[in-house]
Amino acid sequence: MSLGRIPRWAWALVVVGLWVVVWALTKGTDTLALPGREHTDLHNELTGWRNDLIAGRDDNALMQFTGQIADAALKSVDWLQRMLSRPNYPRPVPEIGWLGLLGIIMWISHAVAGWKYAVLNGAIMFIAAVMGLWADTVDTLIVTLLAVICAVIIGMPIAVLIGTSDWANRIIGIVLDLMQTMPTFVYLIPVVLFFGTGAPAAIVATLIYALPPLIRVAGFGIRQVSPTAIEATDSMGQRAWQRLFKVQLPMARRTIIVGLNQTTLAALAMAVIASYVNGPGLGRPVVDALEIADVGRGLVPGAMLVLLAIMLDRTTTAASERSELLARSGGGNRRHRWGSLAVGLVAVGVMIQMSRVYSWAATYPSTGWSSDLADGINKVASWVFSTFGDLTGAFKDLVTYGLLNPMQSVLAESPWFVSGAAILLLALVVGGFRTTATTATVTAWTVLCLTGIWYLDLWHDAMISLNMVLVATLLTMILAVIFGVWMARRPRVDLMIRPLLDMGQTIPPFVYLVPVFYLFDQTRFTAIFAAIVYAAPVAIKLVADGVRGVPETTLEAGRSAGSTAWQEITKVQLPMASRSLVLAANQGLLYVLSMVVIGGMVGAGALGYDVVLGFSRFEEWGKGLAGGLSIVLLGIMLDRIFRAAAVTGSSTPVRRRTRRPARAEEESNDRVEPLAVTG
Amino acid sequence: MTTSDAEILVNQSSPGPDASGAAALSVRGLWKIFGPRADRIIGTPDADLSRADLKEKTGCVVGVKDVSFDVSPGEVFVVMGLSGSGKSTLVRCLTRLIEPTAGEVELGGMDVTSANAAGLRDLRRNQVSMVFQHFGLLPHRQVIDNIAYGLEIRGVGKKERRAKAAEVVDLVGLTGYGSSYPDQLSGGMQQRVGLARALAGDPSMMLFDEPFSALDPLIRRDMQNEVIRLQAELKKTMVFITHDLQEALKLGDRILIMRDGEIVQIGTPDEVVGAPADDYVRDFTSDVPRSHVLTLKWVMRDPRPGDSSEGPVMTSDTIVRAAAQAALASDHPVRVIDDGKLVGIVDDDAILRVVVAEESA
Repeated sequence: MSLGRIPRWAWALVVVGLWVVVWALTKGTDTLALPGREHTDLHNELTGWRNDLIAGRDDNALMQFTGQIADAALKSVDWLQRMLSRPNYPRPVPEIGWLGLLGIIMWISHAVAGWKYAVLNGAIMFIAAVMGLWADTVDTLIVTLLAVICAVIIGMPIAVLIGTSDWANRIIGIVLDLMQTMPTFVYLIPVVLFFGTGAPAAIVATLIYALPPLIRVAGFGIRQVSPTAIEATDSMGQRAWQRLFKVQLPMARRTIIVGLNQTTLAALAMAVIASYVNGPGLGRPVVDALEIADVGRGLVPGAMLVLLAIMLDRTTTAASERSELLARSGGGNRRHRWGSLAVGLVAVGVMIQMSRVYSWAATYPSTGWSSDLADGINKVASWVFSTFGDLTGAFKDLVTYGLLNPMQSVLAESPWFVSGAAILLLALVVGGFRTTATTATVTAWTVLCLTGIWYLDLWHDAMISLNMVLVATLLTMILAVIFGVWMARRPRVDLMIRPLLDMGQTIPPFVYLVPVFYLFDQTRFTAIFAAIVYAAPVAIKLVADGVRGVPETTLEAGRSAGSTAWQEITKVQLPMASRSLVLAANQGLLYVLSMVVIGGMVGAGALGYDVVLGFSRFEEWGKGLAGGLSIVLLGIMLDRIFRAAAVTGSSTPVRRRTRRPARAEEESNDRVEPLAVTG
Repeated sequence: MTTSDAEILVNQSSPGPDASGAAALSVRGLWKIFGPRADRIIGTPDADLSRADLKEKTGCVVGVKDVSFDVSPGEVFVVMGLSGSGKSTLVRCLTRLIEPTAGEVELGGMDVTSANAAGLRDLRRNQVSMVFQHFGLLPHRQVIDNIAYGLEIRGVGKKERRAKAAEVVDLVGLTGYGSSYPDQLSGGMQQRVGLARALAGDPSMMLFDEPFSALDPLIRRDMQNEVIRLQAELKKTMVFITHDLQEALKLGDRILIMRDGEIVQIGTPDEVVGAPADDYVRDFTSDVPRSHVLTLKWVMRDPRPGDSSEGPVMTSDTIVRAAAQAALASDHPVRVIDDGKLVGIVDDDAILRVVVAEESA
């Protein structure tokens, strides 16, 4: 099948044109708008279901089971906090003071990654101490660490399963796809129901979020093990466990540690977001600062989070590189290593003892530097705002009035059946008509998801969110193409920009909401801007790699025919990198989706707001769940359409998001109320 | 070809399947068909279809088609064919690395095809070992531990298995490389590790799956000579897969030629060259220097009453090339005598025909 001679974009214009005409005639009717606090019967039913579940939780085996898990998580966190970060009554200080923990962290860093990382991590933790952020930093590390440990315990067997069985790989692959299409935020709703709020919810939500990268990457690593090596060792009569432990796991070791690295970063990002359900850690001061729009007091703990991310990222990366080296070092080297570790252990012991005896080593010094720094940042920020405020304001207005509002009115103010039909047609133009199978897939998924959204009674909100997603993705792609092509054509530019992008991907997205929020206030644009910041690094990298992948000979052929740089870009490089562009758009879309939803709390409204309300207000739970499900449906729909668009003659599935921590989120004006589950 | 190579060819005997009692390996009616419900095809008329027709009709691909042969103890049995002819599938069916669809394999008196998991494991651990085209070494282990791997999974203690592996290291010419890692070695050296690993368990049979295809020509020749040397020293039964006819002729006591999963011909090197079974084999062997392979058996004529009795005496399995100099130097024709009995006469022009034909070819 094909669309004939008329290009896809022309068809898209035709559909949009028709849509605008119909909208002009029918606007404002059947939009299914549902104002702020109104519920439908469905929402009330869902809330009722939740209430029944809570009322009957003493007889419900599942609830009792999750309750026990929550209990165990709470106890572990509490114990670790009393050991490391909070006073252990009647002691006025934790069992191990800051100096002791500093020693432990340095020793572990030295053992897994080398002495350089011991110094780096020691410095970072020292900063945490002098900036007065010690307790929150350690809390964040506790939640992250517990979640990562659970992720390894649960994830590695699953990774082995998908690494060794095609059947399991296919089934689990579908589940992972779904998990990764789902914005973080959405699973906070059921998590709060089953695990309550506070540390248990934080750990469980973090675990769920951090699990897929480990399973995917480690499973991939195990699958990648050379089949010849497996066959050769099989031919010697090894048992299945010998194959696994002596061949597959050792040969996949490096990839597995890469998976661990991604899982750790994802866990850190999510552990921060989990402060929304009262999880302990550095997320709290950031959220508090957002509520009073205090940039300085938000950025200081934010910067600490960035340092933590760097610490965890660098250390696990170095550990993966070193594992090979270590495995290869001879006996003499090894003896030296054990010796220095033993000496270090003694030193750590001394530090721990000191931190238990001397008060200066038990409680971190209170310097007040944190407050000074926050005030300084605030001064700079207000200067920036007064100097560039007009400029950013103009930019905001341009996007808002030029793009956002017109599109939103067409999408959301058309009757629902008109929007639905138009979306289906556009989906077919973008993703259909390549093969019979893709056309059927696109039609089926789009109809299914749209029906679901309609059924959940949040059509109007869903359209507003969809609009923001589309605008943010569009802007992201413009950025991606400009910077991607630039980087691909100029190696020096690549050299300069790539480290920035790498760093952008390491930073928990939560952190950059603070300055963005300050610059643009509570609007849809804030969410869109944050989404672009979040999604751009991935998209730019994908485009740059795609454009660079165009064979040099093809370029030379073009040049020898006398094409200009512009012709070379538009006629050779971009068309030949079209698959990368589609891939970048798909990845960008998923990132944008999660961020735009989070932006519901910084004034973007729509589905994100419904969700936040859902886990913060007891009676809004049903609507929040419906909102969460609508977001998932939106994500699946967009993902499927773009995957189909990536299909060319020979179909290859779109690569899934691998390296990328979580999304950020924003404050709502409602306080997060602990739900009855905990009480 | 060097003199030593020629000697090896001269010395080769042709122990057929019935030469010395029990076979080391006996394959009967072996089938491997890839695809859904492959086992239902055998025995139906579909089984007689050509490979392409069967694929068209059922979606199944024939890897090995009704193959039977025997290998005697100590024999080097070469399976030769182009890529896709099913030879690698065949060798994997012998130890069930690929599960055969039908047929029987008997190895050292044990019925492999009906063996349970434990029996199969025991067979792989103790009786048969295999050398692979792409080596299949474990990159995270030192050479010595790669070699000792087979012993390790049998449960041999570290000290003992390392000692055993160290012996094999010297045997295959890897002395001094025991603590290297595979990726620090050249391709040829890596394959020596593969060879050593296969030898370490002291198997009675070794399978080679195109072991030298990935190596440079010079290194390939070294490795071939290495195998010949080891064979002379250790007397293992070998099944050797190759797509290189020269290699097959050089190493094989007998050669099995495969095409599209079927046997085309089984025979000694001189039989394959001297009496090709069909045009396919003839085409294959047309580039072979015939004087290097053919024996006097193929060029002699029946004795006639008036023949001179003063010519040099040779046996019928003497390679033509080795006989040429002595034969041409003498004014009398060569007398071919086996076991004291005159079996034929070789005239100068019979030898010249073989030698010259290949000069002009």
